[in-house]
Amino acid sequence: MSDLVLPRRELILRAGGLVAAAGALPLLSGCDAINGVEPVRKILSLGEEMHFASQRALTNRDALAREFTRADLSPVFRSNGTRMPAGADYAVHARRGFADWRVAVRGLVARPLSLSMADIRAMPQRTQITRHDCVEGWSAIGEWIGVPLRSVLAAAGLRDSARYIVFRCADRIGDADYYESCDRVDALHPQTILAWALNGEVLPIANGAPLRLRIERQLGYKHAKYLTAIEAVDSLDQVGAGKGGYWEDRVDYEWYAGI
Amino acid sequence: MAPPDTPDAPPQPPPAGSTVSHDRAAPRRVYRHRLPTRIWHWTNALTLLVLLMSGLMIFNAHPRLYWGQYGANYDHAWLAIGATEKTGFLRVGSLRVETTGVLGRWTDKDGVEQTWAFPGWATIPTRYSLADARRWHLTFAWALAIALTLYMLWTAVGGHLRRDLQVRRGEWSPRHIWQDVKDHARLRFPTGEAAARYNILQKLSYIGVIFVLLPLIIATGLTMSPGFNATAPWLLDLFGGRQSARSIHFIVAWLLVAFFLVHIAMVLLAGPVNEVRSMLTGWFRLPEAKDGSE
Repeated sequence: MSDLVLPRRELILRAGGLVAAAGALPLLSGCDAINGVEPVRKILSLGEEMHFASQRALTNRDALAREFTRADLSPVFRSNGTRMPAGADYAVHARRGFADWRVAVRGLVARPLSLSMADIRAMPQRTQITRHDCVEGWSAIGEWIGVPLRSVLAAAGLRDSARYIVFRCADRIGDADYYESCDRVDALHPQTILAWALNGEVLPIANGAPLRLRIERQLGYKHAKYLTAIEAVDSLDQVGAGKGGYWEDRVDYEWYAGI
Repeated sequence: MAPPDTPDAPPQPPPAGSTVSHDRAAPRRVYRHRLPTRIWHWTNALTLLVLLMSGLMIFNAHPRLYWGQYGANYDHAWLAIGATEKTGFLRVGSLRVETTGVLGRWTDKDGVEQTWAFPGWATIPTRYSLADARRWHLTFAWALAIALTLYMLWTAVGGHLRRDLQVRRGEWSPRHIWQDVKDHARLRFPTGEAAARYNILQKLSYIGVIFVLLPLIIATGLTMSPGFNATAPWLLDLFGGRQSARSIHFIVAWLLVAFFLVHIAMVLLAGPVNEVRSMLTGWFRLPEAKDGSE
């Protein structure tokens, strides 16, 4: 090699070349090895925090998800997650057409409520044709009818101290009933509704009968099905393991699923 | 990293009509890549690799691609990777290729047969985890987007774009481009002062990556965000729907892989030590002309 090149530089080069040439292999095993390390997971959570912070800070908090027409409906609206909740209680409710189903509204509210499906249908309704996006990657377009969550929270007298809304569900998966949560911005968003109809028919069991959440600017696992209660809380620490949702607590899905 | 004896100077254009003397013992060196270029290059090498591999894991969660606003299992997929009882396959349109061992059905490092689309050696993490892949992907996406934005600004403001990447009038001529294609095909690389500058095919590929492919892959990624859709619904119109954006995102990822393969091939053919050194230290040694050429 030329005498212009310093040995030190040559060393750096050789090392650089090796790293570049064999980059993929150590990276692969390296990624697996550090995947579970706590500081690494903190860094890997930065993405979600930055997406949440930037979307909340830079975008219109009331911006509406796109609404479609009936011509855009998916021919078949597939279901996901629980398709039939286990347990005798749910089966009895289903047989009776959910005539005795109650949804509690509790927590940081002035007037806790217990609503029947008739109560819910008697409130002002919203119809919307929106796209459902699963975290897995697929999308389906469906028409939903339901009561805006903000009307329900207003009727219960949501307190200013409530920062999050928690959704309790009747479907048990493994060791716990499903649960989810969102912040005030999405809870009070005009398209966030408690839906009881899909594509002009009463909500099928596979899609969350008798009542499910539609939270249109987030991914599918946030749209809690088989709703039994809506809780206003000031912190998610006491909810499940503290990350705010069933899958968030178990496999570390993002709590903010707007991305 | 920059040698102390040199200012942070742009590569000098060759004096008109200059010839390279062949009898000099030491080849002439030029300061070819400035620090921002070198940092951006290696940042990209890492982030794009992580994004590709975590992206393939995310694809494994639903290994089907669609055109339009919606698309799920009951809808027609233009591309699908799947498994039959004994084989793995890739289907594009009506063309079906058996890919047993690589795609759709493969054996993991513990000897267990798996039917995820992309094999463990190609994904982050190795074992199926949509949640972890999304953590890697969505965090490294920020690194890619921020680094690209800064680099684009620097190329425009710092003169890199005008000086090194901008295509000159003469270079647009079909004859010039065809000559460069032939030179590449014959593996005849520029020597002397001509090697200090980018040739037309290099310019077009770098411009294509920096100003077309990378912005496109970021924009289609954002179009898959239901939160961002509400803010920028025009992106849905631009790409023809969320599922179309997902398909384009996937295609652009493979175009970037194609760029990477050609890029690596060219580095190896043009002199890997000199090329890698120039991307580490900035200094590039001009290859000497062989007798009779140039």
